[in-house]
Amino acid sequence: MSSEPLEQPSAVQDPLVLKAEVQQLSFYYGDFQSLKSLSLPIYEQRVTALIGPSGCGKSTLLRCFNRIHDLYPGNRYEGSITLHPERIDILDRAIDPMDVRMRIGMVFQKPSPFPTTVFENVAYGLRLRGVRAKVVLAEKVELALRGAALWDEVKDRLSQDASNLSGGQQQRLCIARALATDPELLLFDEPTSALDPIATASIEELVDELKKRVSILIVTHNMQQAARCSDYTAFMYLGELVEFGPTEQIFLKPSKKQTEDYITGRFG
Amino acid sequence: MASGEHTIKQYDQELESLRGRILQMGGLVESQLRMAIDCFEQADLSKAEQVIEADERVDAEEVEMARLILNLIVRRQPAANDLRLIMGVSRAVTDLERIGDEATKIARAARWVHEKDVVVRTPRIRDIRVSAEAALSMLRGALDAFARLDVVAAVEIIREDKGVDEQFRLILRQLITFMMEDPRTITGSLDTVWVAKAIERIGDHSKNIAQDVIFIAQGDDVRHATPEQVARAVSQST
Repeated sequence: MSSEPLEQPSAVQDPLVLKAEVQQLSFYYGDFQSLKSLSLPIYEQRVTALIGPSGCGKSTLLRCFNRIHDLYPGNRYEGSITLHPERIDILDRAIDPMDVRMRIGMVFQKPSPFPTTVFENVAYGLRLRGVRAKVVLAEKVELALRGAALWDEVKDRLSQDASNLSGGQQQRLCIARALATDPELLLFDEPTSALDPIATASIEELVDELKKRVSILIVTHNMQQAARCSDYTAFMYLGELVEFGPTEQIFLKPSKKQTEDYITGRFG
Repeated sequence: MASGEHTIKQYDQELESLRGRILQMGGLVESQLRMAIDCFEQADLSKAEQVIEADERVDAEEVEMARLILNLIVRRQPAANDLRLIMGVSRAVTDLERIGDEATKIARAARWVHEKDVVVRTPRIRDIRVSAEAALSMLRGALDAFARLDVVAAVEIIREDKGVDEQFRLILRQLITFMMEDPRTITGSLDTVWVAKAIERIGDHSKNIAQDVIFIAQGDDVRHATPEQVARAVSQST
């Protein structure tokens, strides 16, 4: 009856299609277990927010998706992250992390442009992929910059150093860089924590625009941001997934007391 | 609410003060209503002035509560149970203010009857007292349920509204009989109808407050549900 409207986010009606599936994922930094057998669906054309206090494993989980952890010895995964529709396990050692990273882009907390021109920042992934033709590069770079809502601001400054851009522009440049390789899933690790409210708003607006063609997983410390931009929210605590559900439900009527305490600022 | 404290203590105090004030406002409205009923029943016109004065305090309280609520929303961005509490209080304030208005209508009707000197020709309807007591008990019960966030008690209040509605129809039938027998009772009877209607509305507003209790406690919006549906929603959740 009256609780039914809470089951589905009201803003979206398209049927849910799985983009990725985390299954019984555990992760160890050496002896320390950072993620404890958590399972979580990631849906196509939806934004999923990961929230939870510092150290709860949100960023660790996010980084499993593009195998950044592989870079350090002693790190160990258990369980799987299946990428749909082919259902490949991206944690499988037989899978090349580079292939994974082509399909799954990542944007970090602090804007991290490479020390080169605006153009080359966006073209980087494409060149890595073997794209050489100038026309194709130019076309793809423009498309990515447009996708990141940055084109109009930088179209006359493509050959300038990327570090000359403002913080918000640099962050959108990083998004353009991630978009250039046509990823299916975008990972955002607190993408606006270093930005002012207006730059933050433009990134959030962009997230809303991007989700039409790419699935988004976003880690944020800003609860209002999770409430504003996400369709689904996962609350993590001490490496465990406490609750996952439609954002509206998590913020209005969470089913776990721990979630409610965190959302309402009673943690501690 | 049976939750721990916020990291920000001031926030706790603000929510606590909101809860305290709504109950205080409820007490004020309750005594205003009691005065209004006495005023009509006992033809005690000095009470009419007091009821109208009390309504000014109720109105001022409504405005002050709205200010507190806006402040909480803009400064704290409440979520989950806090947000539900604030929304619920906001709705309850509106209903309490309307109950105050209904009480004022009763007091005005009493004054009207006496000023027109139609007392002798106004039928004495004992069921007015019965129905007023039922509405008062609903209001008191709703405020109690609000104070304790007692959803089971809230369900009972919602059920009681049917009885108050039934009382109104009963009174109406009696008055029609009077008016048909003796047209000189029409003026006084019509005034009595307004009073009976006001009481019936007070039952509705009290029911709304009981529904707010269920919304705050468990997030279910039961505003247009039947008492049976409400009871089911509550038993599923508890």
